Amino acid sequence: MHDTVQLALLIRQTCLTLCHTKNASHLGGAFSVADIMAVLYGHSLEHNPQQPRMPERDRLFYSKGHACTALYSALAHSGYFPVEQLLNEFTENGSFFTSHVNHHVPGVELSTGSLGHALGVAAGVTLAGERRHKDYRVYAILSDGELDEGSNWEAILFAGHHHLSRLTMVIDYNKIQSFGHVEDVLGLEPLADKLTAFGWAVAEVDGHDHEALKTVFSMATSQPLAVIAHTVKGKGVSFMENQLAWHYKSPKHDEYALALAELGGAQP
Amino acid sequence: MRTTFINTLILEARQNPDIFLLCGDLGYSVLEPFASEFPDRFLNVGIAEQNMMQIAAGLALEGYKVFVYSIGNFPTLRCMEQIRYDVCYHNLDVKVVAVGAGYAYGPLSTSHHTTEDLAMLRSIPGMVVTAPSDPKEAEALTRYHCQYAGPGYLRINKAGEPILHKTAISVVAPQILPLLDRQDCETVVISTGAITESALSDIEENSLGWALWSMPFVNPVDRQGLIQLAKQYQTIITLEEHQLNAGAGSAIIETLMDAFASGELQTIPKVHRIAIPNTFQHVAGSQQWLRLKSGLKLSKS
Ligand SMILES: Cc1ncc(C[n+]2csc(CCOP(=O)(O)OP(=O)(O)O)c2C)c(N)n1
Ligand SMILES: [Mg+2]
Repeated sequence: MHDTVQLALLIRQTCLTLCHTKNASHLGGAFSVADIMAVLYGHSLEHNPQQPRMPERDRLFYSKGHACTALYSALAHSGYFPVEQLLNEFTENGSFFTSHVNHHVPGVELSTGSLGHALGVAAGVTLAGERRHKDYRVYAILSDGELDEGSNWEAILFAGHHHLSRLTMVIDYNKIQSFGHVEDVLGLEPLADKLTAFGWAVAEVDGHDHEALKTVFSMATSQPLAVIAHTVKGKGVSFMENQLAWHYKSPKHDEYALALAELGGAQP
Repeated sequence: MRTTFINTLILEARQNPDIFLLCGDLGYSVLEPFASEFPDRFLNVGIAEQNMMQIAAGLALEGYKVFVYSIGNFPTLRCMEQIRYDVCYHNLDVKVVAVGAGYAYGPLSTSHHTTEDLAMLRSIPGMVVTAPSDPKEAEALTRYHCQYAGPGYLRINKAGEPILHKTAISVVAPQILPLLDRQDCETVVISTGAITESALSDIEENSLGWALWSMPFVNPVDRQGLIQLAKQYQTIITLEEHQLNAGAGSAIIETLMDAFASGELQTIPKVHRIAIPNTFQHVAGSQQWLRLKSGLKLSKS
């Protein structure tokens, strides 16, 4: 098992380098979810990078497909494919490493990039596992902004009604979406109460606290579990934190050097 | 094209107090000028396109002319039933504006490849489907949608498209527009959308000697204009950055075949359709690279 703190650092460094070298966006949302990905891939998930389709694996559905660099980096540093390959091929003509999540990449269960799709699919996969008496767990990683989508609330209603206790939804609650702050665009509060009312078990954690994340991911519940992870968009690089602009910007040379230094320095 | 759209909409909104703009949590560094000048006629409804279309329908029922702005598939395929039933069936003044036509967001992958929208939208009764080839057409079509009251679709590419029309254009719906109005050849290319830029350069750089028309209206089509070209040329090549099935080329074939069947055309030219061969692209690629990979190119044979 990985040291998850070290893994989170590697994920952030790789996300940063990918967005810098390939002129890509969505770094803020990759940084906010990096610790969650590190804890899942480095600790909580039952998975095997040598056998990405292992039948008994836990399934992870990454709904916020725009922030693909966090998923690709987590997979690369877990051994699904070489980090070098990701760094070279990301967004290049003809590459499977598209800048929204692509299911042709080893370890990826579902292509995502249109928001509000993965939770319902994850609920279907959970239902399949229950009907066939399988033990795997299913994780769906959602952004806060995409909770605007009605499709998510349909899936939330469904999972609660059907007691899909093997399903965990992690909400990367970084408080910022594409064109404003969540509370200004379409407020979610009281979010925990809403999810409880929809029949979910709810845990609220600091989404950057690895021990807290490990604890919630090991919780056994009789209902689907919603993990409301309070996070900071752009977490880890001071000048990117809580800045809407870093949903879009790709770090130019100086910014890259500064950010890399804040993330521990070494070229990944 | 998106800045042309928003700048034109701002000019129109100064004249028309009923123009309202909704967005689905998109438009950073594009929509701000509108939002700040007309705060009472702008709203980010959130990442909820189906609801956004319903809100638009409600605003339109009360007399607003509503523009609904988002990326490619989100204000279109994501809310097809709201468009069909709430907007079109009730003949409401709602304009769907999608940025990122075809492969404009190439590297972002299939979620952002807008390649079935023309087919789906042109099948709905009453929906006026438009796709500008250059910024001049984008401006003219935006003005057209501001004048015309009823359901409309404006399919825009993104940014940085060159101007193709050398002279001023006025759009009289649903006219096709000449770009290379040659009489001395047997082949005419009819192209829709921003890929018309490639059509023009393919013809000029390879000295193909063909005529070229832009077809900004995909529904309804310019029936008389197309019949005229069919009488004049022996071969028609259609070009679009969209799936082969049911797109602009299909609309042309349907129109000409119907005219042939009804006796309005005595003979019918060969129609070669160049479009995406009914496939998804599973890899990243720039718009230009994906166009070529899909065979969207004009050549002699
Ligand atoms: C259905 C859909 N609508 C719109 C978009 C465009 N879009 C991309 S990211 C994003 C929102 C980003 O904010 P959030 O969802 O909170 O993600 P995060 O903060 O984790 O990056 C939007 C609206 C999309 N990808 N899918
Ligand atoms: Mg967010």
